[in-house]
Formats: sequence, C-alpha cells, structure tokens
Amino acid sequence: MDLSANIAGLTLKNPTMLASGVLGVSRASLKNVIGHGAGACVIKSISLEARAGHNAPNIITFEAGAINAVGYSNPGVDAAKEEFSNLKELGSPVVASIIGKNADEFAEMAERFLSDEFAAVEAVLSCPHTPGYGTLAGQNTPENTEKITKAIRKKTDLPVFIKISPDSNPIGEVARAAEAGGADAIVAVNTMGPGMVVDIQTGQPILDFKMGGVSGPALHPIAVRCIYDIHKATKLPIIGCGGVTFGKDAIEMMMVGASAIQIGTGIYYRGIDVFKKVTDEIAEFMQRKGYNKLDGFIGLTHKLEE
Amino acid sequence: MENPIGKIEQPISLPIKRIVRETEHIKTFFFNREFGSKPGQFMIMWIPRVNEKPFSIAYDENGELGLSIAVVGPFTEKLFTFKEGDLVGLRGPYGSWFKLKPEYKKVLMVGGGYGTAPLATLAQQAVAQGTVVDFCRGAHSKNLLLFGKRLNEIGVNKITATHDGSEGTQGSAVNLANDQIDKEQYDCVYICGPELMEKKIVVHCAEKKVLCQVSIERHMKCGFGLCGQCCIDGSGERMCKEGPVTTGEYALKQKEFGAYHRSKSGLLEYFHDDH
Repeated sequence: MDLSANIAGLTLKNPTMLASGVLGVSRASLKNVIGHGAGACVIKSISLEARAGHNAPNIITFEAGAINAVGYSNPGVDAAKEEFSNLKELGSPVVASIIGKNADEFAEMAERFLSDEFAAVEAVLSCPHTPGYGTLAGQNTPENTEKITKAIRKKTDLPVFIKISPDSNPIGEVARAAEAGGADAIVAVNTMGPGMVVDIQTGQPILDFKMGGVSGPALHPIAVRCIYDIHKATKLPIIGCGGVTFGKDAIEMMMVGASAIQIGTGIYYRGIDVFKKVTDEIAEFMQRKGYNKLDGFIGLTHKLEE
Repeated sequence: MENPIGKIEQPISLPIKRIVRETEHIKTFFFNREFGSKPGQFMIMWIPRVNEKPFSIAYDENGELGLSIAVVGPFTEKLFTFKEGDLVGLRGPYGSWFKLKPEYKKVLMVGGGYGTAPLATLAQQAVAQGTVVDFCRGAHSKNLLLFGKRLNEIGVNKITATHDGSEGTQGSAVNLANDQIDKEQYDCVYICGPELMEKKIVVHCAEKKVLCQVSIERHMKCGFGLCGQCCIDGSGERMCKEGPVTTGEYALKQKEFGAYHRSKSGLLEYFHDDH
C-alpha cells in the first residue's frame, strides 16, 4: 500500500504534517516530531523582529477543542535562520512559515529567511489574534491575498503555500486570489474566530489576550466545508488543517479535496505520536476499502457529484 | 477506539486559604484542595490580566495544596500583595516526577534555593518507606534556607551550606553534595535547583556511577505539550510533558542542559555562574 502524498512537487512519505504554531520552535523539536511519524513539518511562524507574544494564559482547552492567543512569539529572522539549519538531515521535508505586517514585510521575510533548506514556504494571512497581522490586519481579503502572494512569489523559487482563514467569505475567492498571485497550494484553514472563554468565578476572560483562535474538533466540520468550497473554486492543491484528531478526520478532508493534512491540537488529545496513529488509521481504512493509494479517494465527494 | 475528546483543562479559581512566610523571599500559599500530584510535578497559576506561571508543588496532602513561591518578577510581586481569600486560578498537575524505588536504602536530595520545595514531599515519602534521606540544602545565607523545621519533622539528615557561613558549612551546596557522594553509598541522588548547580552534581554522579534524577525547568506557556516553548535541544522533547524530571543520564545527553534555555520569544539565553 502506498501512503505517500504529493503536494506542489513535494513528496511526503505519509499525508500527515505538523501544523505551524504547535511545537516547531526549534530544529530539535522538528526532529522529535518527525521521529513520531510526521510526513512533513511546518515551523512556528517567523517575523522580521523577535516577538515575545502575548502574556499567558496563551492556550486553554474547552469541551470541543482548544483556544489560543500565543501572539506569534518567535526569535526573529536572524536567530531563526541559525536555528533552522541542516534540515535535510531530518528525514521529512520542513516547510518555512513566515508572517509580515504587509506585502513588503512578507517580501523581505522571503528574501532574508528562505533558502533551499526548506521544501516550501507557508505564508500565513489568517491569524485571528495578533494585532497587525492576519485577519486583524485584513490580510484575508482577496485583494490583499493576491498582493501578498505576488510579493512572496517574486522573492522565492520555493513552492508557496498560502494559509487562509475559515472566516474568509466567500473562501473560494480568497483561494482564487492566491492562485492569481502565483501560489502553489492552499493551506485550509487557520484557527477560527476569535472566540472567548470566561472564568465564571471571576468574570475574567481566561486568555490574557481575552480572545483567541479556536481549533480542534469544533473547527473540523468548518474546515471540511472550506476545503470543499476551495476545491470547487480552484485547481490548486489543498492541504487540510483544522481538527484532525483521528484518521477518519483526515480521510474526510481528502475526500473533499485535500492532498495532505496538518495536525496541531490533535497532539493534545492523542500525544505526539498522533502522526503515526492517524497514518495507521488511514492505512486500515484503505485496507478495508481496497484502496492502494491516496488518489483512490482524494476528491471522491466531488466525483460523486459529476 | 479510544475517545480522548472532551477533555477540558482550564484554571480553577480558588481562594487562598492561608499564607505562610518561609523566608525573606519565599511564601507558601495554601489552597483548600488536593490535586493528587507526585513530587516534582508542577501547577500553573493564573492571575487574571497579569499572567500565568508554572510553580513546583511543596505540599499536596490532607486536603491542601501548598505552593512555595519566591518573589522574582512582576507576577510574583503581584501575588505577594494577595491576602487570604483572594482568588487565583490553578491548573495541573503537569509533567514527570521523581521516581523512588522501594528497595532504595539511602538517598541524597540536593535542593538549591526554592528547589527544596518539591524535594521535601519526596523526602517525606522516602522516610515513610524506610529509606534513609540525607538532605543537602544550599542558600546564600541562613535566613534564605527553606523548610528547616519541616525537614526536621520529616526526619532527614540535614546537611547545609551557606555562602556566608551563617549556617552549616561555608560554601556551595555543590561541593557539599559532591563530598557526600564521594563519602557515602547512595542508591539515587535527587537534584532540584539552579541549573548550573544541577549540572555540576549530575556530572559528578556520572563520574562516580551513581544514579541521579534532576528537574529541568524551562519556559512553559501551556503545560499541554502544544506550544513547544519548553522543547529541549538534544531530544527535542517537551519539558512540560516528558520532563521536567529526567534521569541524570538523559540530562547529560541534552545539548542545552546547563548551557542555555529559551526566552519567551525563543531566543537563546545562556546560564551564567553567579558565584
């Protein structure tokens, strides 16, 4: 059985990827995640300058997932360039993740940070909890998506992935804008919201930033619908992200059009070997249904409509 | 199939039951609730609109949790203004713990500064199972030594070093502990304190082929094993999950143990010897 996944010229030994923002702070942490079965990793997002991020609580969980407002803590481009070296030795492709306040900053990040250490670059236009970035800066509109994608495209030969917000409406237009800007794939989706959780003993919002991006099982059906819509709108390959906890969650995303999937909050529920567990569950499903490669069911939902 | 979904971890707001001043810089905050922790694990405390910080556990028994906390920055400065009845949020326990085997006849515990706190409970459990405990404490001066009375009540052999010589031997806990390791036969050495101190003792244990366990404190934002801020260079493992307590053998394989740690942004900060 062949579990390998293909995305914009990258070949992954299995379709599970570490989502950006979870672990991925250091080369050693990527190595550990790859050792637990990840087919690829996306590093935690890097900005030009070092950022301390929001005060804690940064992450809490609730009945149906997690909510976070980390605020893009990262050591800045120069320290990150030192940290993320010799990545080819790690055994699975590593994808860079970059953020910027505007198209010029994204272009500068691409120029200063990217190298062929990385297999691709993911540009995040969709964080819902960091002022100056993502949806709070309007980066998720079709106009800004195209402008930022173009700016990055000019500065790198790496495959460019654009990570978009589930709160983009209509999401297909945003995906088309990324395609027009020269993107090679869409990562769908970032966390949704922002949402809030309040401590009723004190009336205080628990996250220090008060609100944060919602991930995990609560996000999953929304992510599936987003992938379905994007697949209808563009020809670009899609990497699914949002509430993948079990193999069945990954399979659903692939049936509506994802070629690979990312896992973040799933680590909370199933441990760091969630990558291996999800891959094994996909393999069991394929065995049962008689599929010998992922292409057998990628896009199945759409084929049924033809 | 297992169904882990539905697990909720949020801080529980609890009133401070009582506050005990331990030393000039350390107070113990007690809460009316037991958390079922093991020695070496930690709790995360939330003060709304201030921050959330991890603290090792000094007491978790008789229906009470006690956290012995040193005033070191804005969060603890705020906490030190709190009175009995004021609410703080608590979640946990998190992380790995010190392992004590029933067959251990004699052990050494080494607590530097507030590192004594988690070891006191371990000492209590060791003495209860009949293990002899030599307990080495170090601090700058006598008035900064933690848990003198508690350790006497537990029934350990107290060995003390102060830098100014105001109690016990003048000098560092490192030299005192390493002398003990040379003189005595220990089944295991347990170390919790400033990391440079820890490393010197772990290295000595390795040279003398004595088993040891050590607590490696890193910047912990979530305690869930998600944020990655506490991943250690070497294994890349999370000190909030696979740590903070590890074997000495594991610690020595980690490139950053006793060398550096990561700040809130992720920049490397190197340890400096104060003495």
